[in-house]
Amino acid sequence: MHAMTPSHIRDTADANPPVMRQRLGRAVTQWSATKAEWIKLRSVRVNVIGIAAAAVALVLLGVLFSALAPTDMGPGGTATDSVSLAFGGTSLSQLIIGVLAALFVGSEYASGLIRTTFGAVARRTRVLRAKAIVFGSATGLAMMLGAFGAFFAGGAVYSGNLPSHSIGDPGVLRAVLSVGFYGACVALIGIAVGFLVRSTATAIGLLLGLLMLAPLLVDLVPGTVGETLTKIVPSNAGEAMMSVTTRDSLLSPLPALAVLVAWVVGLLAIAAVTVRRRDA
Amino acid sequence: MIEVTSLTKRYGETVAVDDLSFTVRPGIVTGFLGPNGAGKSTTMRMILGLDNPSQGRATVNGRLLAEHGAPLTELGALLEARAIHPQRSARNHLRALAATTAIPDRRVDEVLGIVGLDEVADRAAGAFSLGMSQRLGIASALLGDPETVMLDEPVNGLDPEGIRWIRNLLKQLAAEGRTVFVSSHLMSEMALTAEHFIIIGRGRLIADVSAAELAAMGPKRQVLVRTPHGDRLRQVLAADGVQVSDDGDRPDVFYVTGIESDVIGRRLLEGGVELHELTSLQESLEGIFMGLTQHAVQYQSHDARPSTPERRAA
Repeated sequence: MHAMTPSHIRDTADANPPVMRQRLGRAVTQWSATKAEWIKLRSVRVNVIGIAAAAVALVLLGVLFSALAPTDMGPGGTATDSVSLAFGGTSLSQLIIGVLAALFVGSEYASGLIRTTFGAVARRTRVLRAKAIVFGSATGLAMMLGAFGAFFAGGAVYSGNLPSHSIGDPGVLRAVLSVGFYGACVALIGIAVGFLVRSTATAIGLLLGLLMLAPLLVDLVPGTVGETLTKIVPSNAGEAMMSVTTRDSLLSPLPALAVLVAWVVGLLAIAAVTVRRRDA
Repeated sequence: MIEVTSLTKRYGETVAVDDLSFTVRPGIVTGFLGPNGAGKSTTMRMILGLDNPSQGRATVNGRLLAEHGAPLTELGALLEARAIHPQRSARNHLRALAATTAIPDRRVDEVLGIVGLDEVADRAAGAFSLGMSQRLGIASALLGDPETVMLDEPVNGLDPEGIRWIRNLLKQLAAEGRTVFVSSHLMSEMALTAEHFIIIGRGRLIADVSAAELAAMGPKRQVLVRTPHGDRLRQVLAADGVQVSDDGDRPDVFYVTGIESDVIGRRLLEGGVELHELTSLQESLEGIFMGLTQHAVQYQSHDARPSTPERRAA
């Protein structure tokens, strides 16, 4: 192979005048990276419609469950009070949020846009944080609004014999706010999984497994191990926070909060380390 | 300025980029050439800081790209034309990218104008042709008004008008004093645009040369002479270092080396030799490129013989 040494005949190039450039832009910050992700979120219709749909579904299903619940409801079943009926839509809303989060990250990997983004921001964990901040707060806020809507609308149409609660009763406001918080947690888990697996389809599969399948599977595990696992899967920890009536099979709200935070922080941390090390 | 020093990228057993060192200087267009799979894109990804080198380093304007506070204003890059969300408009795509570096929206309008997409800027980018996507990719590369521009196969998918546009754009960017680094697997494309060539094959540096140096790397210049009087031709031209060879197929065609065509013409006139054709032959840059890289071609068809490059009149 003819390897040639670099030529030096173009040393005159050094005499070129300096580029007349505009003074554009400033150093990238977490704030500017977050603004960029905010523009990305808003500028694709499916994100806006999808997040709104998660909140609307929460309200509509809450009204539906509350209105259709038999007036004479015996013990058993998961409905323990009017609040749990009003929040019956959470399981659908969390799926919508999970799919949207997986898409928000996965679509960028699919098209290669993530490389443009990483090229502009350079510190990749900033991109991860920016997406988490933007998507987590948008879904958290939408779900919180939806939770208030579901609570009041559901309570208005419910006429059964289960305990009914008003917003001032102990634990009720906490339960309503927790719906928003749980929505944000699902969004953040979705963002983390999206960055970990870099594929929308795989991420959706994993999220479905974690949110829908895991609670069913751990239920089959016998003994105290099974009981503990049941308490700490994300959806059950979320339910513990969103319930007014305490149940033995679930954690109490504060430990449940700690468990959910651990899931979110743990998965985001793993995603951050992976994103930083791996070739993009 | 891009400086690549001992850059190496291994994927397990495979060496995609092998101890590559070169400098891309400002003020000219530098073509980055090599057959498909030679390691061009991997090298560019390492320059962008996307892939971590196994060894060595690549700096942009004196530093690793990630060490610059505002990378977009140092290096404008186009890796993949289709790196766009299909449901996002071109304008919003650029606005989001600009926001990372606090680049004002008026610059977004400016680059949309430069690449000629201002009229379709608010349409979803998914409906764009490959050529329009390339233009949008170039717009994002220019967004930060960067000192260095790096484009991976920018001509792909462009129509002839678009190809001419991009050639002029690249030359203009270089004339403004920027560093312009453009990859291609087609020499024919780069020969008209680039003044300097970095040629790699199988991840290794094959040549780092100016256009003139590359031309000199080809076989000796020949002159084709067509005359019915071969014997007289040999007599008239007989001198030290001059060789006359037959064509083999055509009895009236001869190839002369070691003497320029104008001298041949004068001698034949003085000698009164009837002349039908006098053509100076020089191997095209493409032919030389094919010859240089033929051993490095990964997927070669068996009847393609890059070792016998086509000749063209010079």
